[in-house]
Amino acid sequence: MGRRFVFILIALCGLALAAAPLRLATTTSVNDSGLLEAILPDFTRQTGIEVQVIAVGTGQALAIAGRGDADAVLVHAPDLEARFLREGLGVAHACVAYNNFVIAGPASDPARVDGAASALDAMQRIYAAGAPFISRGDNSGTYHRERALWKAAGLEPDGQPWYLESGSGMGATLSLAAEKRAYTLTDLGTYLFMKDKVELAGLYDRPDPLMLNQYGYMVVSPGRFARVNAEAAYRLRAYLLRPDVQRRIGAYLKDRFARSLFNPLYGQCKVEVKP
Amino acid sequence: MTLPWSEVGEIAARSLGVAGAATFLAALAGLPLGVWLGARPRKGGMGAQVLLYAGMGLPPVVVGLVFYLLLSRSGPLGGLGLLFTPAAMVLAEAVLAFPMVAGFTLAAVRARADGVRRLVRGLGGGERQVLTTLLWESRRPIVAALAAGFGAAISEVGAATIVGGDIRHHTRVLTTAVVLETRKGELESALALGAVLLGVTLIVTAILVVWGERR
Repeated sequence: MGRRFVFILIALCGLALAAAPLRLATTTSVNDSGLLEAILPDFTRQTGIEVQVIAVGTGQALAIAGRGDADAVLVHAPDLEARFLREGLGVAHACVAYNNFVIAGPASDPARVDGAASALDAMQRIYAAGAPFISRGDNSGTYHRERALWKAAGLEPDGQPWYLESGSGMGATLSLAAEKRAYTLTDLGTYLFMKDKVELAGLYDRPDPLMLNQYGYMVVSPGRFARVNAEAAYRLRAYLLRPDVQRRIGAYLKDRFARSLFNPLYGQCKVEVKP
Repeated sequence: MTLPWSEVGEIAARSLGVAGAATFLAALAGLPLGVWLGARPRKGGMGAQVLLYAGMGLPPVVVGLVFYLLLSRSGPLGGLGLLFTPAAMVLAEAVLAFPMVAGFTLAAVRARADGVRRLVRGLGGGERQVLTTLLWESRRPIVAALAAGFGAAISEVGAATIVGGDIRHHTRVLTTAVVLETRKGELESALALGAVLLGVTLIVTAILVVWGERR
C-alpha cells in the first residue's frame, strides 16, 4: 500500500518533469493575431516542450517576467526591453520581427491625418483639431510609443477633453475608437485583424522610423531566478531565429492581407536594444 | 464562429471543474462555520457576521492580486509553483465563494435555531441532535448558499485572469475566453461562450435544487 503510494508519487513527479512547460509572457498583438498558434505547435512537436502563453500588455508581461513568473518574454518596447536587460532580469535578447504602427481613425478624418507629412505631423493635426483620441493608457508597448510620439511632437495631451484612456487591450481599444469615432495608435497586426470588424480607416500607415514596431525576445535570467526554465527558453529562442521559421513568420497571413503582418528580422535589430 | 466546439467543450469542462472544486473547498470550511455561528444559543458573534456578509462583496480582482503576490515565484508561497495553474484559480475562487456559503448558511440556521433547539430539547435531545436537526431543516437555504457560491466562482473573471493567466489548454475558462474573444472582435464566439456559461450555471443549479428538494 505504502509502496504503491510512493510509486504513484514518483510517477507524478516524473510526469511533471517530462512536461516542464515553457511559460512565455507576451503581448496581445502576437497572440491575438494567431501568429503564436501558427508556429508554436511545430516547436512543441520537435522538442516536446509545451509552451504556455500568457498574453498581456508589454508592461505587464515584463512585470510578470520580472518576478520570475515566466521563463521568456516576447514584447515590443525597445526602451523597456533595454531596461529589463540593464536590471539583470533578462538575458539573450534577440529581435524576432517587426512591422509598423498605424494611426487609425474615422473614415471622415476630421483632423486630415491622411494628408500628414510625418507621424509627428499627424499627431499635431489631431491635437490641433481637438479630435477624439483613444489612448491605451495601460503601459503596453503601443501606449509607450504613443506617449513618445506626443513628446517628440512637443505636445501634452493629458487633461485635454478629447484625450481618452481606454485601459484595455488593442482589440478592445479599436472597437472603442470605432464606436466613438476617435483616432488611436495601433500595431499593424491587430489593426489588419480587426479591420473587417470595426469601422476604422488606416489613416497613417507608412514606413516611418518613428512608427517602427519591433518585437524582441528575451530569456528571463536564470541567474536571478533559480526556477526559470532557461533551457527551454533558449531552445525557443534558437527556434524563432531559425531561417525557415523566420520565413514562416514573414509569410504568416501574407496571402490574406497582401502584405506581411510580421517581417522577419533574423535576429538583426532595426532599433538597437542596448542594456 | 472561429472557435471550434471541441475547444468550447474543453473550456466549459475546465470552468466546471475549477468552480466545482472551489465551491467544494468553500463548503468544506463554510458549512461548519455557518452552522456553528448560526446555532450558537447566545446571540453575539456579530463581528463574524459582519465580516462574512461584507465578504460577499469581496472584489475578485483584489483577491486575485493578493493570491498573485502570494503565489508568485518571488512571493512567500512561490515554492509551490502554483501561479498560472488551475489550482491557483481554485484557491482564489474558493475564497470568493466562502463568504457566500458561510454567510447564507449562517442566516438560514440562525432563523431556525431557537425553534429547533426548543423542540429537540423538549423531546430530550442533546446539543448534537440540535445541530444535525438544524442542518437538515436548513437544507433548502443551504442549497441556495451552495448555488450562490458556485455562481460567484464560475462567473468570476478578474481573479481568474490574474492568477490563471488565460493560458490555452491550461487555465482558460469560460469567462476569460469571453474576454479574449471580445478583445479579438470575435463577438459570435464570445456570445456562444457566454451562452454555454449560462447553461452550465443553470444545469448545476438545477441539480443542486433537485437534490435539496428530495424527500
